[in-house]
Amino acid sequence: MARSSLFNRPFEIKRIPSFQSIALFTFVGLYGPIIILITYSFNSSASLGVFESFSFQWYITAWENEKVQEAAFRSLYLAATAATIATIAATMAALATTRTKKFRGMTLIFVIINQPLMIPEIVTAVALLVFFAMIKIATGYTGMLYLIIAHTAFCIPFAYLPIRARLESMDLTLETAGADLYATPWKTFQRITLPMIWPGIIAGYMLAFVISLDDVVISEFVKSAGQETLPTYMLGQLRRFITPETNAIATVNIAVSVILVSGFFLLTQRKK
Amino acid sequence: MTMNSNLSSSESAKKAAEVERLSQKKDVRNRWLLSLPALAIIFFAAAGPLLIVILYSFLTPGDYTGVIWTFTTETWISVVLERDFFDETLGWADAHLSIFWRSIRLSLITTILTAIFGIPTAYFIATRSPKSRNIWLFLITIPFWSNLLVRTYAIQELIRNKGVINNFLQWIGLTNEPIEMMFTDFAVGFGMTYVYLPLMVLPVYASIEKLDFKLVEGAYDLYASRWQCLRRIIVPLVRPGLIAGSILVFIPCLGAYVTPQILGGGNQLMFGNLIALQFGQGKNWPLGAALSLTLMVIVMIALVYFVKVSSGENKKNG
Repeated sequence: MARSSLFNRPFEIKRIPSFQSIALFTFVGLYGPIIILITYSFNSSASLGVFESFSFQWYITAWENEKVQEAAFRSLYLAATAATIATIAATMAALATTRTKKFRGMTLIFVIINQPLMIPEIVTAVALLVFFAMIKIATGYTGMLYLIIAHTAFCIPFAYLPIRARLESMDLTLETAGADLYATPWKTFQRITLPMIWPGIIAGYMLAFVISLDDVVISEFVKSAGQETLPTYMLGQLRRFITPETNAIATVNIAVSVILVSGFFLLTQRKK
Repeated sequence: MTMNSNLSSSESAKKAAEVERLSQKKDVRNRWLLSLPALAIIFFAAAGPLLIVILYSFLTPGDYTGVIWTFTTETWISVVLERDFFDETLGWADAHLSIFWRSIRLSLITTILTAIFGIPTAYFIATRSPKSRNIWLFLITIPFWSNLLVRTYAIQELIRNKGVINNFLQWIGLTNEPIEMMFTDFAVGFGMTYVYLPLMVLPVYASIEKLDFKLVEGAYDLYASRWQCLRRIIVPLVRPGLIAGSILVFIPCLGAYVTPQILGGGNQLMFGNLIALQFGQGKNWPLGAALSLTLMVIVMIALVYFVKVSSGENKKNG
């Protein structure tokens, strides 16, 4: 400080004015369209162009629309089931690939688990379409299991990463202490490891839940007739006609994501 | 006597090593078993089906959907070449090639645009106080985790003929006719930039945050200009983040389906839409399969290129 005043050259590199304006413009640009979308969900007029007056009318319309209700419940059921299975499988895999020196095949496990992140979604989607079409013809089964297993698969890497991060930052001496005091491995896991990684598990579950809830592409290709999820229902609406009802559904969707992501943020911040 | 005791001690050491090796082997086996459910699910519903796609790309398309089980390489030829209907000569499949080119071009433009807006934004966040930094970061992550479809819809509302921008322009009397923005390359590029921007900001932020500003201070004290500081110190140190961000933006753009579908419509197809088309109206599953694999190969090439660029950087810097 003193030195820079000595040279009469105030140190300002941390503040680049043009960067600051671009950054603020970016934030406005990111939130502007979302705010406009939310605003029009409260429009009493059916037209999306002019804002007439404030009303909850379109939320009521959406709520009373049986198709929307059905799709919403299907989406929630699917996200809850897929996230649960994915989180359990991911926790096991994370336990297996941390707290050890590198063993043979560890990289392979890591690559396979992250594989859904590396392949373009549309490719996975058509691959599943082809594969499940074969099973559907062979077995005649057209239930929800296809969607559930497809969602579980792409949720696993999202659940895996925060749990793994938590395990890696864990103090290993506690586990050793447990073992030294004659706790069985299972007891050590139950009493020491699990409580310590619990925030990571919840965070992983929340991420998996959001990812499943938001998925359009894979659901669109995997679903059988009459298995619309909320995103595929919305995609259909966007292709045909849009009313403020779509805005109302979108707003609720954003609200759910914001709540879940806030929860995730709080959970992962606390560990520091 | 001494020989004997040496022997036994080395033998017991051997035995201990053997026990150690066995327990390690058991540990590795247990770790594989523990990973098994995750691996099995992913193999069944993500990795495995890709093998079937390879098989399908060599089969003959069925009359309505599906395939006939006769081997052919004709599909692979038709990815880039077209057989003339009358004289059977081969020419370039212009329809496909123009879509490949559009995908690559739009993905590149999107990556550059996200960098132009993303780098200053990341820099801005990284230079805030630690407490407010978290709030700004949170503001970047929120749109990223909300539904892609919803965000694309938000852009659609903005730019369609009766959308917010056109209404505003007509209201202030700048134009009488709405400006056609939907179903153009502009719409797709704009939409993808909006949708994928957070993917650029986050990794660039991560590397700026690690940047030691004392280095910049030092350069400044040595009478480097602000521009020199930026170019010689900040940019090289931020490069790894920029490369990571470029991977995260460029690759999903190449395979994008939802955004070009909604904002580009039926005319401005991208790779993802071309693939989907083969499983819908196109009714040519083998071609869809071959196109999927082509997309994967392009993605792999892009990945290898980015990794090579970044590892070259590492060697140069350290």
